[in-house]
Amino acid sequence: MEGLPMLIEARGISKQFGGVDVLSDVDLDLHAGEIHALLGENGAGKSTFAKILAGIHRPTRGKLRLNGQPVDVSSPIAAQKLGIALIHQEPISFPDLSVAENIVMGRQAGGLLSRVPWAKIIADARRYLDMLGVSLDVTRPMRGLSIANQQMVEIARSLASDSKLIIMDEPTAPLTPREVDTLFNIARRLREEGRTIIFISHRLEEVRMLCDRVTIFRDGAHIATQTIDSISDDEIIKLMIGRTLKKYMRKHMAAIGETALEVSNLSLPGAFEDVSFTLRRGEIIGLGGLVGAGRTDVARALFGVAPAASGQISIGGVGATINKPSEAIELGLSFVPEDRAGHGIFSTLSVEHNLTAAIPNLIAPSGFISRKREHGISSQAVDDLSIRLASLRQPIVELSGGNQQKAILARWLLTEPKILILDEPTRGIDIGVKAEFYDMIGDLAEAGRAILLISSELPELLSLCDRILVMSEGRITAEFPRETATQESIMQAAVPRTGMAA
Amino acid sequence: MTLLRSIFLRREAGILVMIVIFCAVVGLYKPQFLTGQSLRIVLLLTPLIMIGAMAQMLVLIARHVDLSIGSMLGFSAMVVGLMYREYPDIYWLLGFPVAILTGAVLGLGNGLLVTLFRLPSIIVTLGTLSLYRGLTFIISDARQINRSVIPTELKVMSRTSPIFDVPWIILIAFAIALMTFVIARHTQLGRQTYALGSNPEAAPLRGIDVTKVTLIVFTLAGALSGLAGILYASRWGFVNPSNTGAGFEFQVIAAVVIGGVSINGGVGTVMGTVLGVLLLGCVAAALPLLGIPGSTQNAIYGAVILIALLIDRSVRQRGAISMSRTTS
Repeated sequence: MEGLPMLIEARGISKQFGGVDVLSDVDLDLHAGEIHALLGENGAGKSTFAKILAGIHRPTRGKLRLNGQPVDVSSPIAAQKLGIALIHQEPISFPDLSVAENIVMGRQAGGLLSRVPWAKIIADARRYLDMLGVSLDVTRPMRGLSIANQQMVEIARSLASDSKLIIMDEPTAPLTPREVDTLFNIARRLREEGRTIIFISHRLEEVRMLCDRVTIFRDGAHIATQTIDSISDDEIIKLMIGRTLKKYMRKHMAAIGETALEVSNLSLPGAFEDVSFTLRRGEIIGLGGLVGAGRTDVARALFGVAPAASGQISIGGVGATINKPSEAIELGLSFVPEDRAGHGIFSTLSVEHNLTAAIPNLIAPSGFISRKREHGISSQAVDDLSIRLASLRQPIVELSGGNQQKAILARWLLTEPKILILDEPTRGIDIGVKAEFYDMIGDLAEAGRAILLISSELPELLSLCDRILVMSEGRITAEFPRETATQESIMQAAVPRTGMAA
Repeated sequence: MTLLRSIFLRREAGILVMIVIFCAVVGLYKPQFLTGQSLRIVLLLTPLIMIGAMAQMLVLIARHVDLSIGSMLGFSAMVVGLMYREYPDIYWLLGFPVAILTGAVLGLGNGLLVTLFRLPSIIVTLGTLSLYRGLTFIISDARQINRSVIPTELKVMSRTSPIFDVPWIILIAFAIALMTFVIARHTQLGRQTYALGSNPEAAPLRGIDVTKVTLIVFTLAGALSGLAGILYASRWGFVNPSNTGAGFEFQVIAAVVIGGVSINGGVGTVMGTVLGVLLLGCVAAALPLLGIPGSTQNAIYGAVILIALLIDRSVRQRGAISMSRTTS
């Protein structure tokens, strides 16, 4: 390995988003002709680093050298010219254009009125796909291609620009095992040609099968780089976590009451399988795991957004079928979704309308909305959750992230839910508001509500929950009572490993 | 036969079938509809729409829309008419570059508003639809340009022919269609327009100068509307500030949409658009024969658009299913 020439030297790469450090002082050397794994927890900075190399983000500080020469990767086009390609998990493409055009687009020379050399484009595209051993009709449109084939087109694109560095950001997650095999064979072939591949993945088994060296990121910093043979899975996991616990203690634990929600053998092919658990009143269950483990899918199934294909749900001891959210609300469920902007708020509407959106019957008993009731109910809610705002009439998007999140929580509390599902409720919220949220969640449990808390932040799970379930690849892989759970044990169960992968 | 071509062909074949069925049904009631004479009528009804449709097609492929093309047509025609009135001795062919340039400037105006201020094109061109029409009234003092002002050479272009007894105006329209075909299919500009409409977020990542392409497309739409403007003066022999080009955008969008151009961008062919124009022309030619009053024409156009969209939707859904079978 040491004999191989150096392709990339990154020194002191740092990136801030809105004053928050996402990457700090990352140094990394990549050899020509190696497959290099990039590992880390959610939010460790892997994707940000990849995007800096690919010219999608500019680093706040730091220098890059390519083949010993200082380079400035100022844009995706600059990256392409330098021979750096990023393969997204779900590739970016022009669905209406042909496969051939998607392979060559961005490389064509000449002005806008110059002729399109169709014969050459088609021949080139065929040649690059042949190099990958992929047979695809290059004149068909991209639309309708499987994700695996779309990735192949992206890789062919990187060959077309003769990329020396190909970054694959979690490429295997949407692939079938056979497609993963094909991808790995291609990756190995590219390595033999002297190209370098960065392989970002959560799956240690795959990393071990494919990669030469592994680099671990944690909290935006480079933690370690080792040859894969010189480090064990356990050591990797230890390096990935090791995050300092922020001290937060629940004021007092709530009394656990009777069963509120019982889920048995819930399955939705492609998302999660055989999920069973019992949630009682006053209890907070944490659902840990990596992004894509199927946690959100379980929540969406329980709330009727994308119902499970099989399995039973019973609420308060009575069997229930939930096929749409309105049925879930009727049964006393509430769901605060992860994607606030996409699923949580009605961004153009006022705080007031947002707060009362789930309780039409309360604010409009006669069928017409009573402004007085609406105003009364929403100002009460604002006081209860100390939401900071200028006016109830203000558009909700003007509030800070934390206060928007409080408003969504308030909306669901107004429906008097017995069961509350919170999906990453504190993501993107500053520390101060986070503590308020933790207090609120604790209070809700004390008031006898049953809470399912999905979180990727281990300290959050450890400090708030009575029990922690861990999901990996769509299955529950472990359950820990509060007393015995540790960051390490949760991570061990969350990372798919040899013998555990589907 | 590649899948790409077969899909486009299927879409175009669909319109062709609709044309045949429509003509057959009309011919059953009025056999005189199926003669060379009605073909001539159909073709004479369509050249302006054909040119406008080519303009609109490019704009729609770029995932924009231009509602102002009727007003650009009217304004350009009026500029040319005023020129002929004020300078009666001017060489008549000069009207063409003047009309095309005038339209191009108006189209560039649309493009600048859309790109500089990042405004949605439907709103921008709704504004300029009204603005350009209003300017037409202002420059003309709300007075019509009369028949006597339009040069005879220009007027006879709609009747005389250099070849095969096909009038000049129709030849020009088909030449424009051919030019658009070359642009769309065989130039970087055309392919980048498809790419831009197909995925606007990805376009800059692939080195496409979105602003430049958008400006060119809108300017081209203006220029073609200007050309349609002078041909209007040729065909009808007058320019009226309120009538000339009014409702043109509606006919054009109808033809383009019937022809299979997606309002979501990225999809559309010249062949489909030509067929869409011809179908619309057939409908327009058949109505008087069937004794349907002109007042119901708009309702019938509207119904034709909706029927075409419904057929398209069901064809496309079946297409999507068969496609997923071939890839899985």
